[in-house]
Amino acid sequence: MKGLLSRLGTVAGLVLLACATPAFAHVQQGQAQGLVTGLLHPVSGLDHVLAMIAVGLWGAQLGRPAVWVLPVTFPMVMACGGFLGLVGIGLPGIEAGIALSVLLLGLMVALEAKPKLAVAAVLVGAFAIFHGHAHGTELPAGQSGLLYSIGFVVATGCLHGVGILIGVAHRWPRGRLALRVAGTAVSLAGVAFVARAFL
Amino acid sequence: MRLPGRRAGRAIILVAAAASSTVEAHLATTGLGPVGDGVSHVLLSPDDLVPVLAMALLAGLNGPRARRHALLALSGAWLAGGIAGFAAGNPLLPAWAPTVSFLALGGLVAADRRLSPAFVAAIALALGLAHGWLNGAGIAEARREALALLGIAAAVFVVTAAVSAAVVSLQEGWRRVAVRVAGSWVAAVGLLMLGWALRA
Repeated sequence: MKGLLSRLGTVAGLVLLACATPAFAHVQQGQAQGLVTGLLHPVSGLDHVLAMIAVGLWGAQLGRPAVWVLPVTFPMVMACGGFLGLVGIGLPGIEAGIALSVLLLGLMVALEAKPKLAVAAVLVGAFAIFHGHAHGTELPAGQSGLLYSIGFVVATGCLHGVGILIGVAHRWPRGRLALRVAGTAVSLAGVAFVARAFL
Repeated sequence: MRLPGRRAGRAIILVAAAASSTVEAHLATTGLGPVGDGVSHVLLSPDDLVPVLAMALLAGLNGPRARRHALLALSGAWLAGGIAGFAAGNPLLPAWAPTVSFLALGGLVAADRRLSPAFVAAIALALGLAHGWLNGAGIAEARREALALLGIAAAVFVVTAAVSAAVVSLQEGWRRVAVRVAGSWVAAVGLLMLGWALRA
């Protein structure tokens, strides 16, 4: 019995050796990680999450065409900020700019401010540069820059989408009140971020 | 006047040569043969897939006629460019060249301006030739079979046909806006890619 098992073991070993193929470990290094890192990066910082959702909420309050102009403006200008960071052009007061974006965008939602579309787009765009500069360049070594960028932009856009979906509540009086309360909460968080940035 | 023109031409070639980088075909081995490898290449390579999707969105936004023209121009040019690239080898293209298709197509989709079918077909032609050339040169450099180009062109045709057909039916409304938002994302990714390319 023992001899039979030994022979079976030898045969199994030989079959495995015959079937073995070389391992190809070079599956485009860091590709999948780049996408996952890019997708997770925007949701890893509360300041970025709150600012993105506030953009969506404000767009929903402003109605058409702001509801889509603001979420279209933000990723494109954010990418401009990321581009500046990537080519080594520095920006002063990035952390302060991000903190102020949370405070002011929250305030816009809390006050249900309705400026002209161009003013709203410029305000959102100005803050987007800081977010892009700070977050767009934080790619861990060895990962794909393209997939990181895709993940980063898609996740940011989805956060806007979350804000717009929550902003559907603006159709009802109680919903409007709830949005303004949410805006107040975001601006209070912004006060904390501003304090942290300046102190 | 002729001499400065020649000098300028030589200077452009020298600058392009200095800035050129090696092409990367990233042709995966699927075990399904070279045609299957070509199909999988398009589906697994975002640097080719995203411009194809953006081109399909643009063609779809501009109506059925533009869609038909773009579909034929893109897949035909991709195959022709691929064969030329396979024969001629590494193109003198700077590392940031592929980002142009992201930026241009994404920007055009986000803007949603009505374009003539001929113009859309011309864009598809340019895109197909440039990316096809890069694919063909990469396949030749990796010593893979040229038959993979057939798989790549077939995948480009199918993806473009399916996506543009879905978009062409969209009239006004939030779905059309969603397509424009997708275009802005493509342009944003292109800008970040340009930054990565210039940084490298």
